[in-house]
Amino acid sequence: MSMQTVKFRIYRYDPDKDAKPYMQDISVEVDPSTERKLLDALVKLKVVDESLSFRRSCREGVCGSDAMNINGKNGLACITDIDTLKQPIEVRPLPGLPVIRDLIVDMTQFFKQYHSIKPYVINDTPAPDRERLQSQEDRKELDGLYECILCACCSTSCPSFWWNPDKFVGPAGLLAAYRFIADTRDTATNERLDNLEDPYRLFRCHTIMNCVDVCPKELNPTKAIGKIKELMLKRVA
Amino acid sequence: MSMAIPVRKFDAVIVGAGGAGLRAALQLSEAGLKTAVLSKVFPTRSHTVAAQGGVSASLGNSEPDHWHWHMYDTVKGSDWLGDQDAIEFMCREAPNVVVELEHFGMPFDRNADGTIYQRPFGGHMSNFGEKPVRRACAAADRTGHAMLHALYQRNVRANTQFFVEWMALDLVRDAEGNVQGVVAMEMETSEIYVFQAKATLFATGGAGRIYASSTNAFINTGDGLGMAARAGIPLEDMEFWQFHPTGVAGAGVLITEGVRGEGGILRNAQGERFMERYAPNAKDLASRDVVSRAMVTEINEGRGCGPNKDHVLLDITHLDPEVIMSKLPGIREISIKFAGVDPIKAPIPVVPTCHYQMGGIPTNYKGEVVVDGNTVKGFYAAGEVACASVHGANRLGTNSLLDLLVFGKSSGNSMIDFIKTAPKDLPELHKADVERSVARVERLNNQKNGSNVHEARDAMQRTMQAHCGVFRFKDMLAKGVEKILEVEKMVQTTEIADKSKTFNTARIEALELENLIEVAKATMISANARTESRGAHVRDDAADTPENPNGRDDQNWLKHTLWHRDGNRLDYKAVNMKPLTVETIALKTRSY
Ligand SMILES: Cc1cc2nc3c(=O)[nH]c(=O)nc-3n(C[C@H](O)[C@H](O)[C@H](O)COP(=O)(O)OP(=O)(O)OC[C@H]3O[C@@H](n4cnc5c(N)ncnc54)[C@H](O)[C@@H]3O)c2cc1C
Ligand code: SF4
Ligand code: SF4
Ligand code: FES
Repeated sequence: MSMQTVKFRIYRYDPDKDAKPYMQDISVEVDPSTERKLLDALVKLKVVDESLSFRRSCREGVCGSDAMNINGKNGLACITDIDTLKQPIEVRPLPGLPVIRDLIVDMTQFFKQYHSIKPYVINDTPAPDRERLQSQEDRKELDGLYECILCACCSTSCPSFWWNPDKFVGPAGLLAAYRFIADTRDTATNERLDNLEDPYRLFRCHTIMNCVDVCPKELNPTKAIGKIKELMLKRVA
Repeated sequence: MSMAIPVRKFDAVIVGAGGAGLRAALQLSEAGLKTAVLSKVFPTRSHTVAAQGGVSASLGNSEPDHWHWHMYDTVKGSDWLGDQDAIEFMCREAPNVVVELEHFGMPFDRNADGTIYQRPFGGHMSNFGEKPVRRACAAADRTGHAMLHALYQRNVRANTQFFVEWMALDLVRDAEGNVQGVVAMEMETSEIYVFQAKATLFATGGAGRIYASSTNAFINTGDGLGMAARAGIPLEDMEFWQFHPTGVAGAGVLITEGVRGEGGILRNAQGERFMERYAPNAKDLASRDVVSRAMVTEINEGRGCGPNKDHVLLDITHLDPEVIMSKLPGIREISIKFAGVDPIKAPIPVVPTCHYQMGGIPTNYKGEVVVDGNTVKGFYAAGEVACASVHGANRLGTNSLLDLLVFGKSSGNSMIDFIKTAPKDLPELHKADVERSVARVERLNNQKNGSNVHEARDAMQRTMQAHCGVFRFKDMLAKGVEKILEVEKMVQTTEIADKSKTFNTARIEALELENLIEVAKATMISANARTESRGAHVRDDAADTPENPNGRDDQNWLKHTLWHRDGNRLDYKAVNMKPLTVETIALKTRSY
C-alpha cells in the first residue's frame, strides 16, 4: 500500500478568529486503493487539522451536503475522483452565498427560492381509496426532474442567481417547479405559471447553461426552464 | 455554569427529520399542534435519502398478495424474535400508508395499468413462504430519495417548523422520569437551548458508524440511543445488526437487494451461483442474514474473488441493458463511480457490510416508549432508532421504509392523543438533566491532556468490526467487551483543539462519539451474553443440533435483551407471540 500525497489550496475563514478569508496551502497522504474521492482526502485533512469545516453525510452523491467549488467548478466532493483533478486542488465554498465558515455556506436564500415554487403536489380532488393512477408515459415525464438532491451546485454557478438571489428562482427551484407542472397528479399548473410570470422569477434565465454543466446528477434545468417558458407562451396564444 | 439556558416551548418536539420524523411531524402539523422538528442536517439530507430498493406493502398489483403472508414472512425473517402484535399492525397498515404516500406525491414507478410498480425482494414470499412475490413498491432504485423528498414537501405544505442544523444533546426527564423535552445545540452558533414540550419523539435513525465499514452516512451516530441510555432508558436487542450482503467491496456503499430482485445473481470465484447450495428455494433472494453468511463462508473457504479473494461478484450482465437503465440507474451510477465497473458489462465486486440496527429504544406499536411494562410519559420513538419490535433478529429488506411510515404515523397519533389530555401549561422544567447536559459539553470544551477523537473513534470501529461481525466467536466477544470498555475511557477524556463557536464540526464529532460508544457497548455486551445463534447474531459456540436447529435455542433465548447503561446490566423480556387479531405464527426452523 503506497501512499500518495494530495496537495490542496483551501479557502479558510473562521469569523471567530480570522479578520478575513485566506487560502491555505496544505497536503495530505491518502491510500489510493481505498481513498479515491475528494471527500476521502478532506476527511483525512480534518484528522490533521480538525478545524477544517465542511458539510458531508451520505458520501455517495445522494444527500447533497458536500457541494463545493473544486478547481473553479461546482461539484460534490464525495463523487469527484482525486486523480481527475489538477493539483494543488483549489477548493472554495459555493460562490454567491454568504460563507459561515470555511466551506460551509448559508443556504437560506437557496431554500427560500425552492419553497417559493410550492414544492408539493397540489390536488384538491378527493383522494381515491387506492393510488391515483398514472401511465408509464406520464410517469416518465418526471424522470430527470424528481432526482434533484438540492445540492445548489447549479444555482450557485448561475450568474443570474448571483445578481438576484432574492428575486430569481434559480435553476434548482425552476427544475422543481417544472417537476410539479409535469406531474399528471398535480392540478395547479395555471397557478404555478402565474407564480413565475414575472420579469425576475423565471425570465432572468438567459440560457447560459452553467447549471447543466455542473449538475452532479446530470439533470438539465435549462431544458425544464425552456418547457415552462413554452407553456407560458402557449397560454398567451 | 449558570442556568441561563433559554427555553423554547412547544406542544411537541421531534428529533430527526428522516422518514420517521417527517411522517410523524405531518400528523402533528396537520392536527394544528405547535411542533418543532430538529435535525442535524437539512431534512432531505437525512439518510433515508439513500434507501434504494423499495417499501413493502401487499398491494398485490402484479400478483395476488396478502398482509397475512407479509406478516408471516416478517415473523420468519425476524427468526421469531419480532413481536407479533407490532408485526401484524405494520403489515396490515402497509397498503394504507403506501397509498397515502402516493397521494402525497411520491413518484412511484408504474405498471402498465397505472398502478404502483412492485418488485421481488429477499424473504418476501407468497402463500406463507412458498415462492418470491412482488411486494416492494419502488421508484427506480431511488425509493428513499423519492420518499424523503415527498414527505419533506408535504411538510412544507403543512407549514411544519424546522430547526435545521440543530443537534439534540440530551433528554430531559423530571423526578418521576416523565420526559419534558431535549437540550439542543444550534450548530452554527454553538448556542445551547432547551426545547420543552408535552411530547418528545426520537426519530434519529441508525448508528452504523460504530463499525469501520458501513453503508451508513457519517451522521448515523446513534444520537437517540446515546441520549436515551444516558437518561436511564434501556436499549433493546442491540446485538442484532444486519450485514447487508452487497456493499461495494472497499467502499461500503450499498447495492440494493432490488438488483437481485430484478434477476441479479451472486457468483464465487468459480463463477458458481453458490446460493443454490445454501437456499435451494429462494436462492439469491433468501433473507439477508442467510445470504451474508453464505458469502462469508465462500470467502473463508477460498472461493472469494479478486487478487485477495476477499469478495464475491454480483452479476447482472445477463439482464437487458434497458432494464438496468430504467429500473437500476442509480446502481449503475454507484457501480461506475465506486467500483469502477459498468454492471452492464461486468459484475460488481461486493462484500457483506454493516447496514441496519434491528434493536433500539423499546416501544410498543403505538410508538410509546415502554420500560418495565410501563410507558414513559411524554416519550416516543420511531424508525431505525426504535425497537417495536418488528424486525426481531433480522429485518427483511423494504420493511424499514415501511416501519418509518407506519410507526411515524402511529407515534404522531399517540402524541396527539397525549397532548390533548395533558395540562394546558407545561410543568416547571426539571433542571438536573439540563445541568448534566451542559456539564458534558463543558467537560469537552475544557478538557486538557485528553485523548484524540479520531483515534478513539477508530479504535471503537476496528474493535466492533473485528469482534462483532457476521460470524461471532465466544473468545473474541469476551475480549471485545474488555476492549470496548477501554475505548470508553478514551471517549470520556476526548479533547478538541478547535474552540470556535462557529459551526464547530470538531465539537459535533466529539459529541457524536459519546453517543456511538453507548451503542457499541450495548452491542458488544448484549452479543457476548446471548449464547445462541438467531437471525443476524451467529456464534461459533451455538452449534446446529437436533434440539437447537441452526443453533437457535428457543428454550433459553426466545426473549428480548435489555441493556442498561448503569452498570452495563442486562435483563430480558418476553417476546410478544400474540398478534392483534390472527393466530400466533408458531415457532419453526428457518429455511429458505
Ligand atoms: C444505503 C441504504 C439503503 C437502504 N435501502 C432501504 C430500502 O430500500 N428499503 C428499506 O425499507 N430500507 C432501506 N434502508 C434502511 C432505511 O433506509 C433506514 O433504516 C431508514 O431510512 C432510517 O430512517 P429514520 O427516519 O429512522 O432515520 P434517518 O433517515 O437516518 O434520519 C435520522 C434523522 O435524525 C436526525 N438526527 C440524528 N441525530 C440527531 C441529533 N442528535 N439532533 C438532531 N437531529 C438528529 C438526522 O439529522 C436525520 O434527520 C437502507 C439503508 C441504507 C443505509
Ligand atoms: S441556463 Fe439559466 S438558470 Fe442555468 S445557469 Fe444559465 S441563466 Fe442560470
Ligand atoms: S438540479 Fe442538479 S445541481 Fe441543481 S440542486 Fe438539483 S441536483 Fe444539484
Ligand atoms: S456527502 Fe452526500 S452528496 Fe456528497
